[in-house]
Amino acid sequence: MSPYLDADIVVRRGGFTLDVALAGEPGQVIAVIGPNGSGKSTLVRALAGLVPLTDGHIACRGEVWDDDAGTPTQVQRRNVGLVFQDQLLFPHLSALDNVAFGPRSRGAGRTQSRQVAAAWLARLGVGDLADRRPGQLSGGQAQRVAIARALATDPALLLLDEPLASLDVAVAMGLRFELSRHLSEFGGVSVLVTHDAIDTMTVANRVVVLDEGTIAQVGTPDEVAQRPRTEHVARLVGLNALRGHSAGTDVTLADGTPLTSTTPFDGEVFASFPPAAVALSLDEPFGSARNRWRGTVRSVVPHGAAVRVHLDAGRALIADVTPASATQLSLVPGRRVWAVVKATEIAIYGAAAKH
Amino acid sequence: MTTSDDVRRDLRSPARGPRAKPSVGRAPGRLLLPALVGLAVLVVPLLALLVRTPWAALPERLTDPTVQDALWLSLLTSALAMVVCLLLGLPLAWVLARVDFPGRSLLRGVVTVPLVLPPVVAGVALLTAFGRNGLFGAPLRDLGITIPFTTTAVVIAHTFVALPFFVISVEGAMRAGNRDYDLVAATLGADRWTTFRRVTFPLALPGIIAGLVLGFARSLGEFGATITFAGNFPGTTQTMPLAVYSELQSDSDSALVLSVILLLVSVLILTLLRDRWLYQAAR
Repeated sequence: MSPYLDADIVVRRGGFTLDVALAGEPGQVIAVIGPNGSGKSTLVRALAGLVPLTDGHIACRGEVWDDDAGTPTQVQRRNVGLVFQDQLLFPHLSALDNVAFGPRSRGAGRTQSRQVAAAWLARLGVGDLADRRPGQLSGGQAQRVAIARALATDPALLLLDEPLASLDVAVAMGLRFELSRHLSEFGGVSVLVTHDAIDTMTVANRVVVLDEGTIAQVGTPDEVAQRPRTEHVARLVGLNALRGHSAGTDVTLADGTPLTSTTPFDGEVFASFPPAAVALSLDEPFGSARNRWRGTVRSVVPHGAAVRVHLDAGRALIADVTPASATQLSLVPGRRVWAVVKATEIAIYGAAAKH
Repeated sequence: MTTSDDVRRDLRSPARGPRAKPSVGRAPGRLLLPALVGLAVLVVPLLALLVRTPWAALPERLTDPTVQDALWLSLLTSALAMVVCLLLGLPLAWVLARVDFPGRSLLRGVVTVPLVLPPVVAGVALLTAFGRNGLFGAPLRDLGITIPFTTTAVVIAHTFVALPFFVISVEGAMRAGNRDYDLVAATLGADRWTTFRRVTFPLALPGIIAGLVLGFARSLGEFGATITFAGNFPGTTQTMPLAVYSELQSDSDSALVLSVILLLVSVLILTLLRDRWLYQAAR
């Protein structure tokens, strides 16, 4: 049996090609992450039917929306709900009428639509704001209304394009956990485009990492966070992840730096280690010439109880040190330091061959 | 530590009361003078009109059947022209604002031509198209339909000159209004007509009302195209501006009275529409 969401999306536009296969089962929340220009928005727009497919197919909840045969199902006939970063609530309609717009457009009567809308506003905790115009709502309130509006049409597929990105940190934090609850109660598949590692970890149960239009990695949030296969995700989750070649426990990075690990592996690998595993010193460390870099401090910023140091060592490295040692080493931008990491702290995992 | 400047300021400030405003918002003298002259150019002729008008004759002139006919005809034809603008101009503005097709900017240019065309040329053009021996006028005449020198011709002339104002105004509003709202409506299941009716139209409403006001005002003052294409027959084609012109030939006092009436009607309509609807819709 084919999956609930079965999509193979190929979109060619100018010099850019998006080629992504996506599958999902009811209740799944798929986070799509990747750098700007990796095709996240195009993917969402293609699923919604706002961008035509060059090739491939999309089927959801047993309906074929697009395939090689026949014309694609128009946007308004696909059961998708879309939540935008900037909400895009209709400015001339009250919160209630914004939410009632969907049911009404899909054939429900006025009274029934409003009842459905009122129920959804109440579920999102903004039932008392039903009569307000969007201009009278705060960012967090407006995004709740926007989510209610998307869910009120009972979509088979819910698409959320960076829904929390435009909100204040504190507001986003509150809404994030509620969103997580609503998405887990939602009976369809949710696709969440995000730039935020926390969104990915708290809301999603599956992560798709896009890079230059293709899937670089798929996995659970834990898998992706612990074993990132792109530097973008490594940065997002705050890990050092370096590509190289491993033979036994000897790893040679792309730039020739030798590493020693405690995990034997043969082939292309990622070597990753947390910033806290990196020790900094001013003098060249004794012993083996492995697992170390000479670099220049780029920035020094507080990070929780520690101090996060960004280094340029031919590649970007991040190190967390105590405020005491930051002072002792007088770490300021431009300072030359040595960075060392213990072999036992380095996680080695196979890198998927790059397309 | 007090400097001499501080002292000077201290000495001066009690006498000055509230402090002078920052100079940023004040106009420099060399701009102020031309600004005042510009204002005078606009205001002085109207003041002269008001000063010279024989106000005592006003009630009498208002009950004059010729004046009443002309006033009624002006309001009626202008209103009809606005109905036509709404029915034809709204879809045209929508097409120009929302549909991507080759030659769109050319079409936009064509729409604006009547805006800069001398009205008398517009009248000649209309006559060439719909006159008794015109391109379309001749076949229409064979069908028993005569357009020139009828009230219909007045409405056509008014529509011809007012439609560009309306279309430009509405198209601007529709283009400024976020196109993304149409996409949102589509994802919510609305078909294109529903989207137009419930989203595009209400969001463009301030522009539509502004377009109607502009068009109505333009239509109310229309003279050249009307007299060329529709003639100057009291009761059927003599609108207020034509009546003013006719009166000016014989009795300049009457022309003054009619002019003032037209001025008052124009100002009345503009202020009514602006204050009551324009701003409410924009809010």
